[in-house]
Amino acid sequence: MADLLAPPRSLASRVLGAVLVILLLGGVLVTGSIWWNGQQAARQSYDRILLGAARDIAEAIRVQDGAPFVDLPVSAFQLLAQAPDDRIYYAVHGPGGELVTGLDARAPVAVPEAGEPGVSYFEASLHGEPARFVRLTRRFVERDFSGPVEVTVGQTLRARKAMTTELMLNALLPMALAGLVLMGIAALVLRRALRPLEALSEDLAGRDPHDLTPMPVAGLPSELQVMVGAMNRFMGRLEGQFAAMRNLIADSAHQLRTPVAAIRVQAETARAEGDGATRERALDRLLIRTRSLGRLLDQLLSRALVVHRTDSLPRVAVDLREVALEIFEEDDHATLSPGADLRLEIGEDPVMVMADAFSLGEAARNMLANALAHGQAPVTMGVAGGGARAQLWVEDAGPGPAPEVVEKLGTRFNRSSGSGERSTGIGFSIVTAVAEAFGGRVDLGQTDSGFRATLDLPAAPGEETP
Amino acid sequence: MIARLAMLALTCLSFLPAPLAAQEATARFGRGDTPFLLRSTTDIAILGPVIARFAERNPELTVTYEQWGSNALFDRSRADCRGEGPVADAVFSSAVQQMVWLVNAACATPYRSPATEALPETRRWRDELWGVTMEPAVVVYNTRLLAGDEVPRSRFALLDALRAEPDRYRGRIATYDIAESGLGFLFAYADSLEATTFGSMLEAFARVGAVATCCSAEIIGGVAEGRYLIAYNVLGSYVATAAAGDEVGTILPEDYTLVLSRGYMIPRGADRAEASGRLLEFLLTPEAQGMLAAAGLVADMAAPETGLAPSARRSIPLTPALLVALDRNRRAQLLTRWSDAFQRAQVP
Repeated sequence: MADLLAPPRSLASRVLGAVLVILLLGGVLVTGSIWWNGQQAARQSYDRILLGAARDIAEAIRVQDGAPFVDLPVSAFQLLAQAPDDRIYYAVHGPGGELVTGLDARAPVAVPEAGEPGVSYFEASLHGEPARFVRLTRRFVERDFSGPVEVTVGQTLRARKAMTTELMLNALLPMALAGLVLMGIAALVLRRALRPLEALSEDLAGRDPHDLTPMPVAGLPSELQVMVGAMNRFMGRLEGQFAAMRNLIADSAHQLRTPVAAIRVQAETARAEGDGATRERALDRLLIRTRSLGRLLDQLLSRALVVHRTDSLPRVAVDLREVALEIFEEDDHATLSPGADLRLEIGEDPVMVMADAFSLGEAARNMLANALAHGQAPVTMGVAGGGARAQLWVEDAGPGPAPEVVEKLGTRFNRSSGSGERSTGIGFSIVTAVAEAFGGRVDLGQTDSGFRATLDLPAAPGEETP
Repeated sequence: MIARLAMLALTCLSFLPAPLAAQEATARFGRGDTPFLLRSTTDIAILGPVIARFAERNPELTVTYEQWGSNALFDRSRADCRGEGPVADAVFSSAVQQMVWLVNAACATPYRSPATEALPETRRWRDELWGVTMEPAVVVYNTRLLAGDEVPRSRFALLDALRAEPDRYRGRIATYDIAESGLGFLFAYADSLEATTFGSMLEAFARVGAVATCCSAEIIGGVAEGRYLIAYNVLGSYVATAAAGDEVGTILPEDYTLVLSRGYMIPRGADRAEASGRLLEFLLTPEAQGMLAAAGLVADMAAPETGLAPSARRSIPLTPALLVALDRNRRAQLLTRWSDAFQRAQVP
């Protein structure tokens, strides 16, 4: 529950948090590395001083009356005084381990066993303070004395620690500053980068929930353009669905009112007529009207379905020949105009388009129905392909509708009073809707042999074998 | 002042057999409940007034002032450091090489304050040792027996004089016996680092049979009486306080003059280290510094006052390099060179 109540973290704070963590992690790593390097540097420099002092002292050993004697050089101690606050230890031992000279015979230092001759460093405690020592051996071969003389020089670690700290601070302070500056720059850059998103959020927050117009994508970063584009497409589809629904309702109301009124009138007439022959005629007309109404309903629903399908279903590869063949073999047209002279003209090669087979079928059916209803026999349905376009056409031998009718064709409410009860006017609007949905167009025109309606669609990319 | 000095109790214990040489004299200041033990190489008569003022300022303290010879004090302090005796609350010695040794051997307690940090680098080490005074090592001469151009203004002049009239100076040049006096050894060691004059000085001293003797007072007394014409490397402060009058003249050698800063140290394990810190603070106050200056312990080394060029001033810095002065080989070598040159003074 608690995390539900907690306000969600903003994108900026997430990214800044991540940047901070990265900087801190980097800082810790670099600090460790600087500390290690500083320690190495301090150790190296002060080890050199120790060794220098030990060498000075070893140089000053001479043999006097058969025994080693050290004329302790002040320079060695001035060298050691480079670490001004550190305690010093020195001792010179003869071959038998006896003290030749040294600081304090009573305060020996735990010297590890001599490993290899030459220079060796070790760490031990000097008066309870950690200290570093160097030991080196000088060999004497004289007439009255021979053997190794061992020089041990040591120093506490204050100066080394001070140097390590100083090196570290010298390196860390600029780095910490740089870190702060980087953090500031990151915040600025982030603000700049997120400004379009903020603007988008504000736009969305201030938007009327019924407003389905597309949001502006100009100036947006490409990632956001993808998102906003998807959203705009979604809103467009939603808008389309709404429009389709509105259209269906409006069409239904508009188209159905007149036929239903006519049916009612004819039914009333049939009831009022007592005469058998007149009654029969009225009933026949009633029947014709009812059939016409049924077809009208079919078309209305089909149109709504086509609009819905073209909006929501994925496109698949469809062979226009198959669509034409299927319509040709149906019996529908036979009922519409029995005994009509109907021909089919299709080629050997598939004519593929990316569309919805059902919608195409509805379009073809309506084109054919129009030709059968308004044209003159013979009626030919054909498919043509090749190139970037694919066509499904229906041609009749008549002159076609009057030019002013052609102009109005394709709109929803063109059902003129003169078109008669067998005409619906909706059929052609289905064709137009299908053409628009699949990126095509409807061409109407006179040919040598008659009037031809063509559904012209873009061919499917890449010829596929069905 | 007289009343306070009246409390001073001089004890001479030098004839008593003891494993460690003991103090030469003891004095008490103040009547407080808290005992405070100060061991110093400085004569009670010189430092007494300053300590008395400190005791006055800190009435809860009874300050016991023990006056020691420097080598005896060094032995005592080393033994204390090993836990073999009652530890002093503060040690104040002119043999600073021994103090450096003690600090190096972790026998001291650190103390920090703005006053100690204001001291120059050469006058403090590790915040455990502080140079409180400024005293030049001088050449002292008898004004009655030497006058005008005969007074040597530098070591070279002294060397020339000894070479020119060896018989006049025979047995009448005095300096510290460096085997007995830690301070004398320190001066001789510092001189030996200025190797050019030191060798010829030893030779010249040997030629005229110079006398190495023990104490500042004895040397200055000898010069005043005319037994010695010249005393070499005497601590200037003793001359200023010995009240030797007109008989004794002082020279700051113009080639170089060693300047010593007496070392103050708080021993490790001091029971009243806090009071020791207060004493150090007091010694560094302008008031105490003024009193020390009056006692000759803080010399004004400014050039117009002394006629000494700043470049001729050789401060003996409190650094670990002073450890070399205590090295047994080095010491043996210096003592050998020294004893070759000097004969022991016949105690009069």
